[in-house]
Amino acid sequence: MATLKELSHQEEKFVGGHRACPGCGATIIARQVLLAAQQPVVVGCATGCLEVATTIFPYSAWNVPFIHNAFENVAATMSGVETAYRALKKKGKINKDIRFIAFGGDGGTYDIGLQSLSGMIERRHRVLYVCYNNEAYMNTGIQRSSATPRGAHTTTSPAGTVIPGKIQLRKNLTEIIIAHEPAYAAQATIGYWNDLITKVRKALDADGPSFLNIYSPCRLGWAYAPEMTVKVTKIAVETCIWPLYEYQDGKYRITVKPKEKKPITEFLKLQGRFGHLFKWRDDLPIKEFQAEVDRIWERLLKRSQAD
Amino acid sequence: MIVARTGNEAMAEAMRQINPDVVAAYPITPATEVVQLFAKFVSDGKVDTEFVPAESEHSAISACCGASAAGARVMTSTASQGLALMHEILYIAAGLRLPIVICLVNRSLSSPINIHCDHSDSLGSRDSGWIQIFSENTQEAYDSTIQAVKIAESALLPAMVTTDGFILSHGMERIELLNDQDVPKFLGERKVKYSLLDVDNPITLGPLDLQDYFFEHKRSEIDAMNNVLPIIEKVQKEFGDRFGRFYPVVDEYKLDDAEVAILVMGSTGGTAKVAVERLREKGKKVGLIRARIYRPFPKSHMLNALKKVDVVGIMDRSDTLSTLGGHLYNDCRSILYDSDKRPLLKNFIYGLGGRDITIEEIESIYENLFALKKAGKVDKDIVYFGVREE
Repeated sequence: MATLKELSHQEEKFVGGHRACPGCGATIIARQVLLAAQQPVVVGCATGCLEVATTIFPYSAWNVPFIHNAFENVAATMSGVETAYRALKKKGKINKDIRFIAFGGDGGTYDIGLQSLSGMIERRHRVLYVCYNNEAYMNTGIQRSSATPRGAHTTTSPAGTVIPGKIQLRKNLTEIIIAHEPAYAAQATIGYWNDLITKVRKALDADGPSFLNIYSPCRLGWAYAPEMTVKVTKIAVETCIWPLYEYQDGKYRITVKPKEKKPITEFLKLQGRFGHLFKWRDDLPIKEFQAEVDRIWERLLKRSQAD
Repeated sequence: MIVARTGNEAMAEAMRQINPDVVAAYPITPATEVVQLFAKFVSDGKVDTEFVPAESEHSAISACCGASAAGARVMTSTASQGLALMHEILYIAAGLRLPIVICLVNRSLSSPINIHCDHSDSLGSRDSGWIQIFSENTQEAYDSTIQAVKIAESALLPAMVTTDGFILSHGMERIELLNDQDVPKFLGERKVKYSLLDVDNPITLGPLDLQDYFFEHKRSEIDAMNNVLPIIEKVQKEFGDRFGRFYPVVDEYKLDDAEVAILVMGSTGGTAKVAVERLREKGKKVGLIRARIYRPFPKSHMLNALKKVDVVGIMDRSDTLSTLGGHLYNDCRSILYDSDKRPLLKNFIYGLGGRDITIEEIESIYENLFALKKAGKVDKDIVYFGVREE
């Protein structure tokens, strides 16, 4: 377990002065992940908010080696970096113990970069892939992704008079990654910082590919007040919208179990992206979303109790 | 050592002797053999290379970028659709100044789908900032692959060396291999100023570059390409001095006293040389120009060559689909604009999708050029040679 005191004494590897929005979840994630790392790290970042807001030339918020290549290929790019590390280490040209971290948004991870990520894990590159999941393409101005939940308003799944936001359910990427049998996989979020930091350390210690799906509120796309970012993630966990769990050595473990599972409306009502659902002619979209959240949570409970 | 090798085997041999730190690749006809032969070298412990069997060409070149940015010597191989899938990242590799080398086997681009040779794949990437070296034969492909590593690392630009699909890639030729120990000696180790693995001196690579800096950075990349030809000539000379095989930037064959000439790239150069020999035996003053280096375009070398004759038939194994004909034709017309002497030019688009070109056909092109010379003008500026027009 990390302590705040310990973390506060650590040198910041991701620093302020960047141009992310106030209340941005992604940059809090970048900071927490790098604070957690106890070894030197090399970072790769997919095109997206995090890259755009933190590397506007000639400035950089990264006090660690950083590479941005393109949108869909951070996993492949970091596969190459990690492979070069092994090649050069074998030849005695590198003697340091280095870890590799890839960051991608849900657009760069769930959608356009999924193939690249699948390949990275299948080839067993020892890279921690962090998806900062804000449930839509926020960098281009809030378009739907396969991570966008049922009913959410985005500019390409707009809440209209006939269609109440996104019609489809979210893709369960964490389970897709788990099906690859990575060395470590988990869901985390910033409101539970110690849980997140523990998971980053486990992932970096795991001898193989690892994956963290980190829930990342976007105050612009989710439409809430910027000071609510951390609170939103806590309610996401309490409603089981975003269960915190991990998968390692074939075992599921729920790392934060809500004392009382709240209805998803507690989460939805905080955010403008779901506002239309409360005025909709029926409660079907909310019911469907609730049913899906319940189904996944029940399944997770069963899986975590198995053996 | 004299051996019989296909183009693919020769390129794989060159890669084995180069012994790159990382190879990331994905198989595609007709370049598959390069990848699989190299994978076998890895499995047999004949190289130290870490091999990344990527799940697509896009990921292969992306991994190459990451590895190269980490300071490794990096190579890959592809063809056609594979290069097209890499297209986005080709620009990034060049912009990040990563000296990756691709062994490219030229194959037509879909549609229609076809697996045979034309140059539409590499020429489709001509503006991506990669050095492009075309091969007339297997020996040249082998030698150029080794040279390309040194050229790319000196210029800090990526390079592709091409062979004509099936014609060279699968055709067996007699070639002379260098000794295994001579290749690393010739190349030396890759020296890097900045590396992602230098964790004590962190760099940010590939940042967002807006209106206030992008242009200067692009300009410096353009400048790097402008400075490549002297590097190529230096490396070619070093190679020749050491191993006895000298290569030109623009290959001129029996050109000095020629009246008409054709300009080609790739394996057609070899076929055309036979046609030149035959016509010379009949007393016809014909010559050949072969563009060995296509990017950067060797403007002054090419001008010198073009100006030696009265008529040039420019043979393009590609079309720009722009109403303006083929790539070489357009480049040559452009550089001749300010020239004091301008030969008549006629564009012969040929061999698309691997359609064969014979010695006799090339002889007929020379006959046509003589007719143009006599008439003093070009009848039709762009013709599609060897196609059924009806």
